[in-house]
Amino acid sequence: MSRELHRFKGGVHPPEHKAESTSRPIHAAPLPKELVIPLRQHIGNPARPVVEIGARVLKGQMIAAADGYISAAVHASSSGTVTAIGLQPVPHISGLPDLCVTIETDGRDEWVVHAPLDYQAMEPSQLRMQLRDLGLAGLGGAVFPSAVKLDPGASRACPTLIINGGECEPWITCDDLLMRTHAGEILQGAAIMRHLLGSTTVLVGIEDNKPEAVAAMQAAAAGMDFAVEIVVVPARYPGGGAKQMIQVLTGQEVPSGKLPTDIGIQVFNVGTAYALARAVRHGEPLISRLVTVTGHVLRPQNFEVLIGTPMHTLITLAGERDGTTGVLMGGPMMGVPVPDLNVPVVKATNCILVKSAALFPPLPKALPCIRCTRCADACPAELQPQELFRFARAGDFGRAQEYHLFDCIECGCCSYVCPSHIPLVDFYRYAKSEIWAREKDKRAADLARERHEFRQFRQEREKREKAEKLAVKAQAARTHAALDQAQRAELAAAPAAEVTAVSDADARKALIAAALARAQAKKPDAAPRNVDQLTPEQLRQIEEIETRRAKIRELVRKPLESEQKNP
Amino acid sequence: MPSPFILDRSSVTQVMAWVLAALLPGIATYVWLFGPGILITLSLATVTALASEAAMLKARGYPVRPFLTDLSAIVTAWLLALSLPSLAPWWLIVTGTLFAIVVAKHLYGGLGQNIFNPAMVGYAVLIVSFPVQMTQWAGPHELTAAPLTLAQSAAVIFGGDVPRATLDAVTMATPLDALRTGLLQQLTIDEVMTHPIFGHYGGVGFEWLAGAFLLGGLLLWALRIIGWQVPLAFLAGIWLTAGFLNFFDAGRFGPPWFHLFAPSVMLGAFFIATDPVSGATTPRGKLVFGLGAGFLTMAIRTWGGFPDGVAFAILLMNLCVPLIDQYTQPRIYGGAGKEPRT
Repeated sequence: MSRELHRFKGGVHPPEHKAESTSRPIHAAPLPKELVIPLRQHIGNPARPVVEIGARVLKGQMIAAADGYISAAVHASSSGTVTAIGLQPVPHISGLPDLCVTIETDGRDEWVVHAPLDYQAMEPSQLRMQLRDLGLAGLGGAVFPSAVKLDPGASRACPTLIINGGECEPWITCDDLLMRTHAGEILQGAAIMRHLLGSTTVLVGIEDNKPEAVAAMQAAAAGMDFAVEIVVVPARYPGGGAKQMIQVLTGQEVPSGKLPTDIGIQVFNVGTAYALARAVRHGEPLISRLVTVTGHVLRPQNFEVLIGTPMHTLITLAGERDGTTGVLMGGPMMGVPVPDLNVPVVKATNCILVKSAALFPPLPKALPCIRCTRCADACPAELQPQELFRFARAGDFGRAQEYHLFDCIECGCCSYVCPSHIPLVDFYRYAKSEIWAREKDKRAADLARERHEFRQFRQEREKREKAEKLAVKAQAARTHAALDQAQRAELAAAPAAEVTAVSDADARKALIAAALARAQAKKPDAAPRNVDQLTPEQLRQIEEIETRRAKIRELVRKPLESEQKNP
Repeated sequence: MPSPFILDRSSVTQVMAWVLAALLPGIATYVWLFGPGILITLSLATVTALASEAAMLKARGYPVRPFLTDLSAIVTAWLLALSLPSLAPWWLIVTGTLFAIVVAKHLYGGLGQNIFNPAMVGYAVLIVSFPVQMTQWAGPHELTAAPLTLAQSAAVIFGGDVPRATLDAVTMATPLDALRTGLLQQLTIDEVMTHPIFGHYGGVGFEWLAGAFLLGGLLLWALRIIGWQVPLAFLAGIWLTAGFLNFFDAGRFGPPWFHLFAPSVMLGAFFIATDPVSGATTPRGKLVFGLGAGFLTMAIRTWGGFPDGVAFAILLMNLCVPLIDQYTQPRIYGGAGKEPRT
């Protein structure tokens, strides 16, 4: 416990509001009649559906398979019948509907056959594939596929493993309750992570506003067969951010644009560690999670919720109250507004925060920036938010990028402290999306330019070839005419035949030599081509390549989206 | 509406209110030393500032209430009023305030947009245009007749019929004026300092006023309304420059403590140079800004045409802010710390 703690720069300490939801025990939310399970619940490619409408599925059965390396499978949270596969509203900042599998539950909650994984005997890559197929993704909020993060890479080891129990956002307590009640399983998860990453140091960072969780984790740590250090860190938002947790525990900074693994550290949320333990020790896929339902409800508390459960059922369970002014998924600093309460709980749903005018008064109107730099003092990325704001507002995105716009983690500290009440983070999101859009346009323009240049090149080549052909033809015609003339001259000048006979013979010799030389030059062409002696395997490969190239040509010929918009 | 959904309780109004509150010790000391006339100056400047602010907001099509209640116009008015001579005529006060609010603030785009500190622009315009009226300072009560009453002060300020003798009995050269005049008469510093206006550190009475501004400034620092960089660097700039000159020729350059304990310096260091809108924003930039302003203040006092140089020094440094900010960008989290390219 004598670890020297470091400080991350910036940060704020908003009112915590944790006590509201920690006094009640965890309740299992009842099985809903219908589960709506989005196929994109993680960062990366959305999962590919592997069931059809009308199919009966069991609890824990894979309904959509991982698509590619950065992806994760999706499973049925309970048994029942697939009634629809289509677009449904989902909790996402864009507000756009997404592909979901709808399951009408049969109430039997019948499990698919599943068995523990002998992780120590398994090949690490094979184990990671299994975890991807069990749908594991980070439960701290970013939902990055865990299997990818558990790959230390070919040459790198990951000496330090950090289990993040920071939970710095106000109102949210699901990690706190999980640590209080399932400390042992969290550390079992850490043991598996340690095995996969080859870590020698295991640290658990917990903010000092969770003494019960600290005590439970310490008790569990004492019973583990490897060293785990439970470190109490000062509560300060965003201390639960991975970069900030790393800095507080180790004093190291993750270099800009790099990953924690580049400095030999990997960070997982406590919920992810718990889900990993369930997956490996029981073979259970990720089909449920703890969700804090708090704010303007009668009984703020934590629920064990099946993925796909509609959010409104949880608010009803916690006791809906009059005067609700809106609902957030996540905390007040980084949460996302939920416009439609029929949206399902997803892997990323750590909290459902119900707002009221008293708890969340409407934000005052913004005044101009007075350059007081309180935002710079609060910025954990150590940026100059007032300058980024100036550039973003002026549309000077290049300068914004030079001032490290993309190092902004959108934690909201700057907006929180701004005395002019400027929604600074909005401006950064806007600037980032503009830059992305422009880069896309630029790529399209580059492609168009290349196509144009190629077209010009081709036209010129065709022109040249035509000209050459014409020249050859003209030459031939001229030679012909010359020959005719020569013959006529020969006939007319018989007396001179003797003299010319010698030169004629010379000319014939030269002609033959030239023909031979031409034949020699042509030889490589005439010789059997290298395709003639190929194996069928190689021929198939060539054919494949040719089809691919044809496809690319097809693609390039198609008008681009941006061109269609602006004909 | 996207995140975050909560705010700290701070506001521009709150920041400005604290600045005004921190000026109160200085104002109280002012009244004690030089009489209640300053209250008239402050009120007149305040009324002028609010009226012109409202008129400009209206003319520019901005909502009047949120901007009028941000108190920034009153801060400008008070800072200008405290920089003016205590017996300045009413039209001088009104002209300076109007120029500060209308030209220096609103014609540059209003709150947050002005390149120059509005109060210092107002002051600079007045001292360049009306140098004689800008010297009408009452002396401290220790050295002059009993200070003017409120009614007498009003009479002086509003151009009433005040006997010349009464006025002469209370007005006096400021310590910086006395120093300048003395040096122009080829006196040595020691000879100049025999003038009764010179007290322990600064001028008699004036040093108390400087102390009161220092106290208010420390309050702002304790409340985190201002950072330590600008005031410390500004004072260091003055002290180091004055100390350097004094070290080489104590006969021709005043002692550093005298230069430091002037009310204008303390007001400038804690209330004017710290103006966030027209000042540097980066931590290192604030140090450069403060040091530069301190050095320029001393340069103007020593070699310039005016007895004091705080206003011009700060305006000149305001001019350098974009450059300073650009070349003092701090290292970011996980960054190599390279300055952004131009």
